Amino acid sequence: MSTITVRDLRKTYVVPVREGGVKAALGALVRRRTREVEAVQRISFDIAEGEVVGFLGPNGAGKTTTLKMLAGLLHPTSGEASVGGHVPWRRDHGYLRSMALIMGQRNQLQWDIPVIDSYRLNRAVYRIADADFSSRLDELTDLLDLGSLLDKPVRNLSLGERMKCEVAGSLLHQPMTVFLDEPTIGLDVAMQRRIRSFIAEYNRRTGASVMLTSHYMGDVEALCQRVIVIHHGRLLHDGDLAGLVRTFSATKTITVEFDADADVAADLGGLRDHDDVTITDQSAHGLTVEVPKDRAPQVAARMLSTLPVADLTVEEPPIEGVIERVFTSQDEA
Amino acid sequence: MSTGLGLPAGRLAPRGGWSFFWQMYRGQFATALATQVAYRGATLIWVFTSIVHPLVSIVVWRSVAGGGRVAGYDASGFVTYFALEMVVNHVTFVWIMWEMEWRIRTGAYSPLLVRPVHPIHTDICQNLAYKLLGLVGILPAAVLLVLLFGGDLSVFTTGSVLAGLLATALAMVLRFMVEWTLSLAAFWVTKVSAINSVYFSLIAFLGGGFAPLAVLPGAAQTLAWWTPFPWGNIAWVNQVVTGRAVGVDLVRGYLAQLAWIAVALVVLKLVWARAVRTYSAVGS
Repeated sequence: MSTITVRDLRKTYVVPVREGGVKAALGALVRRRTREVEAVQRISFDIAEGEVVGFLGPNGAGKTTTLKMLAGLLHPTSGEASVGGHVPWRRDHGYLRSMALIMGQRNQLQWDIPVIDSYRLNRAVYRIADADFSSRLDELTDLLDLGSLLDKPVRNLSLGERMKCEVAGSLLHQPMTVFLDEPTIGLDVAMQRRIRSFIAEYNRRTGASVMLTSHYMGDVEALCQRVIVIHHGRLLHDGDLAGLVRTFSATKTITVEFDADADVAADLGGLRDHDDVTITDQSAHGLTVEVPKDRAPQVAARMLSTLPVADLTVEEPPIEGVIERVFTSQDEA
Repeated sequence: MSTGLGLPAGRLAPRGGWSFFWQMYRGQFATALATQVAYRGATLIWVFTSIVHPLVSIVVWRSVAGGGRVAGYDASGFVTYFALEMVVNHVTFVWIMWEMEWRIRTGAYSPLLVRPVHPIHTDICQNLAYKLLGLVGILPAAVLLVLLFGGDLSVFTTGSVLAGLLATALAMVLRFMVEWTLSLAAFWVTKVSAINSVYFSLIAFLGGGFAPLAVLPGAAQTLAWWTPFPWGNIAWVNQVVTGRAVGVDLVRGYLAQLAWIAVALVVLKLVWARAVRTYSAVGS
C-alpha cells in the first residue's frame, strides 16, 4: 500500500531577471523583468509503507523543492500528492503530527536553550503523552548516545552532536513519514555511519516510510533499496540501485592481481591494442581496466590467457561515477 | 530496552482542546522565557534604550508647558503621560516585522511551518516572555521618572487603573494582530523595512507616542480616532487611566478596541492563507 502518491507534480518559480550595471538597475525600477523557472516538471511516483527511498540529483535538480512540497511547506503549481491520506500543502495539523522534515542545513531546535527543553517543547506541540515521551526519549538517548548532550544549550554543540539531537527531536513524536534532506551533510565518517544506522533502525522498528536526499552515496547505498533520480526537475530513473547502474552504466571494471614475481609484457598481452579498453590503473602488482559491458567476458578471458593473473574481478563501476555520468549525459543532451 | 519506538504512530496525549492549548502555551512560554533569560544582558540594554525616548519627551514637553498648560496638560501631566507611555509602549511594542523579514529571507521560517501549531502562538509567547522580563526594569524606571520629574499621581484611582489594565491588554492584542498581519508582507516583498518605517511613523504620531493626541489640531485628532492606532497604544490607555474616559465613553472605547481586533483577526486569517501559498522556503 502506498503511503506517498505523487502525480504530475509541478513547481515553477518566478524569478527576477536583471543584468549587471547601473543602467540595468535603473531600468528595473521602471520595468521589472521576470522569468519562470521550472523547478519540478510533472513528476510521478509512489512510495510504499515502510519503504526507504533515495532521492538523487545534482544541486538545483528539484529534490528539495519536491520534499518541501511533500512536507507541506510549498504549494505546487499543479499536480497532486497524497501522504498518508493527507494533501500535504493543506497543512492540517493531523498531517504535520504524522510526519517529520529533517533538514541537515536548517536548525530546528531552539538555539539558546538546553536540548532537553526543546524536546519538552516538542512534547507539548506534538501532544506526546508523558509516558510515550519518557520511553521514546530513553530509547533515542540510548541509540544515539545523547546522554551528555541533553543539558547543553544547542549553540554549544558540535555539528555532529547537533545533528544527532536534531534527528532525535524530530522523531520524538514518532512520525510515520520522514523526509530527510541531506541529514549527514558536513559530518565526519563515523557520525555519518551512526546517523545512517539509526535511520535504518528507526525504519525497521516503526515501519515508517523514509524519503532521503543526500550527496553522499554512502547514505543511499546503506539505506535505500530504491532510488528516484531527478535532473532539471524531470524524473530520470525510478527503481533499485542495481537497476540504475545497469541502465546508465555502459561499462564494467575488470581488476586483476598479478602473480608475485611474474613478468608482465609491456603490451599487456595485446590489451593496449584494443581501442575500447581503457586502462584506469596500472602497477607492478596489478591492473584495472574499463571495458564496454558487452565486451567484458571476452576481455576478461583474454586477460586470463595472456597475463600472469592471480586474481580477477569484474564489477560494475562505482555508483558515484554512474550518477555523475547520468547527469553529465543529460546536460550534454 | 524500552519499546517506545514501537508504539502506534500518531498516538496523542489524552488531552482535549483547551488542555492542549494550555500545555502548548506553557511549553512555548517556558522556552521563550528561557531564551530571554539566556540573553538577559541584551534585554537589559533594550529596556534601557526604551527609557531614553520618554526621558527626552519629558524634558522637552516640560519646557514647552513651562508654568502653564498645553492642551490640558501641565508639566507634571506630561511627566505622568510619558512615564505611562513608556510602560504601555513596552507592553504593546512588537518587533515581529523585522523578525519575519529575516525568517523569510533566510528560509528560517520553514521549521516553524512544519510544526502542528500555528506559528503565531510561538510569536505570542516570545512577545509575552520579553515583556514580562522587561517589566522588571520598566516599572521601576517609570516610578523613578515620576518621582524625579514630579509627575502628577492624583489622576490615578483604583478603578481607573483597573480599567486601564483592561484597555492595555486589549491594546496589546490589537497591536500584535495588526503588526503580525503587516509583517506578512515579507512573504511578497523581501525587504519590508520601508513599510515598517511608514507604519512606525504613523503609530507614533497617531497613537500618541510623540505627544498626547490633544496637542494635535482638531481634524488630525478626529482622523486619528478613526484609525486603529490610538486604540492599540498610549492614546486610549491614557484616556482610561487618567479618568478622561468614563461611563459610556469607556464602554465605547472598549467596543472600538474589540471591533478593531475583530477586523484585524479577519484580515490576518485572509492574508495568512494567501501568504503560506506564496512561501518559497528559500535558503534551506
